[in-house]
Amino acid sequence: MKYIDNTDVMKRMKSRLKMNKVWKSIFLIATGLALLTLVILLARIITQGAGYLNWDFFNNFGSRFPEKAGIKAALIGSVYLMLVIAPVSIILGVGTAIYLEEYAKKNKFTSFIQMNISNLAGVPSIVFGLLGLTIFVRMFLLGKSILAAGFTMSLLILPVIIVAAQEAIRAVPKEQREASYGMGATKWQTITRVVLPAAVPGILTGSILALSRAVGETAPLVVLGIPVILQFLPDGLLSQFTTLPLQIYDWAKRPQEEFQFVAAAGIIVLMIFLILMNSIAIMIRNKFQKRY
Amino acid sequence: MVELMIKNEKAKATIKTPSPMTSEHIQTVEKNTVVQTKGFNLWYGDHHALKDINLDIKENEVTAIIGPSGCGKSTYIKALNRMVELVPIVKTNGEINYRGRNILDPSYEVEELRTKVGMVFQKPNPFPKSIYDNIAYGPRIHGIKNKKILDEIVEKSLRGAAIWDEVKDRLNQNAYGLSGGQQQRICIARCLAIEPDVILMDEPTSALDPISTLKVEELVQELKDNYSIIIVTHNMQQAARISDKTAFFLNGEVVEFDQTDKIFSTPRDKRTEDYISGRFG
Repeated sequence: MKYIDNTDVMKRMKSRLKMNKVWKSIFLIATGLALLTLVILLARIITQGAGYLNWDFFNNFGSRFPEKAGIKAALIGSVYLMLVIAPVSIILGVGTAIYLEEYAKKNKFTSFIQMNISNLAGVPSIVFGLLGLTIFVRMFLLGKSILAAGFTMSLLILPVIIVAAQEAIRAVPKEQREASYGMGATKWQTITRVVLPAAVPGILTGSILALSRAVGETAPLVVLGIPVILQFLPDGLLSQFTTLPLQIYDWAKRPQEEFQFVAAAGIIVLMIFLILMNSIAIMIRNKFQKRY
Repeated sequence: MVELMIKNEKAKATIKTPSPMTSEHIQTVEKNTVVQTKGFNLWYGDHHALKDINLDIKENEVTAIIGPSGCGKSTYIKALNRMVELVPIVKTNGEINYRGRNILDPSYEVEELRTKVGMVFQKPNPFPKSIYDNIAYGPRIHGIKNKKILDEIVEKSLRGAAIWDEVKDRLNQNAYGLSGGQQQRICIARCLAIEPDVILMDEPTSALDPISTLKVEELVQELKDNYSIIIVTHNMQQAARISDKTAFFLNGEVVEFDQTDKIFSTPRDKRTEDYISGRFG
């Protein structure tokens, strides 16, 4: 006896194929809407801000006259901030990930820690700002310095880096580790020679995405009390500074219409900064990528 | 390295030189025991996976371990280089003496043991590095940096694994570009590069095609002149073809352990007979 009636199948064929097409269009529309918004946003910003992008804009400090306002202090401040965040968060994050994946025993305590790390990734950045204000600015008396802000931002993106690095480490096949251990390699040799080389693309991609988030982050800096307009460049890690998003925020809230264009120019600079960072991530990934 | 070769040559000579001896004499010059397992038990959590194992593995012999899936044969050879410890819930007791020293003793460093007892795995698992770097991995982790010595080790190991002629012109290419059978012989060469004494093989041909399987089997025959080989296999014909002794495992116990021809022609135990005649497993 046959369970599948061919005429019945043919009858349903049409509606099945139709459904298939409908869903394809729904997904296409979703992608299209997202792209459209992005294009409108970019077009507006570029038409508004492009006129203000010139050498003076990069070479001037903040000013109350829109035509004299420049982004120098903010751009250099953001670069300095990155120089603190990148090493601190990557070293701590990757170290934690290696410990949790390779050394820690899998028990209730480690799974509790694991759960908390994932939760921390969802804590609002303003909370990290308050934490940084209490600990780094007040307790350790670092003031409103690059160091205090850098540590605060590192804490903010640590959970993201840890989770990304853990996933990259976990993706290294078990057989690779066995091959190494089977020849008498120690755990440390196996990690440095087999696990990390294979996990580097994933770790760096995750880290640079997290760093990009830190570059664009404003709220914790507002809580720390980082000034928005500075007339000098930072002269060290304990110096005062300002950053691109803070500067943009300050321009955008000013009453004069011209400052909106200055803000747009600032946004273009910030976006180029981000595109550069992401390109580095992609380059690294392509260079180190290995297939199993 | 040279010393080792000389030692192996000597070992070969002592084994192969026929001397006028009576049958009594032959009994007394029986080959040395390399790995002696005495009353060995292993648990995965509550599951008693290996029960009171007693086996003597002899020098320069191929010992095959056969048995149905889940009988503990893989677990047993992974216990011999303590790879089984990578599973956190494993508990063991009893003794496994490698050249007279109990490897289960906590003072026996696994890194030291594994340089003497090498392993070839079920699925070829070369590193995503060049062929050269794959073979040089073991010597490098043991501190050999001299390029000339490394070159020699790489060539000798690849020749030992009968793959030198196939890869000598592309040592700098990624080992992943090789076929499955070639990859497995690269893994065998990589194992030879640490100059082990015992080679454990965990179903080394189960992922290979028949021609590659044949090559690996021939290789095993050549390697036994210099190494003691313990091979787990699912394939009874393979065990019959390549091994000197065979152990039949069932439900975590050694049912029978004897000369391969005896196991396959006149098994003492009914269960062995049923298994080798294909009635179960």
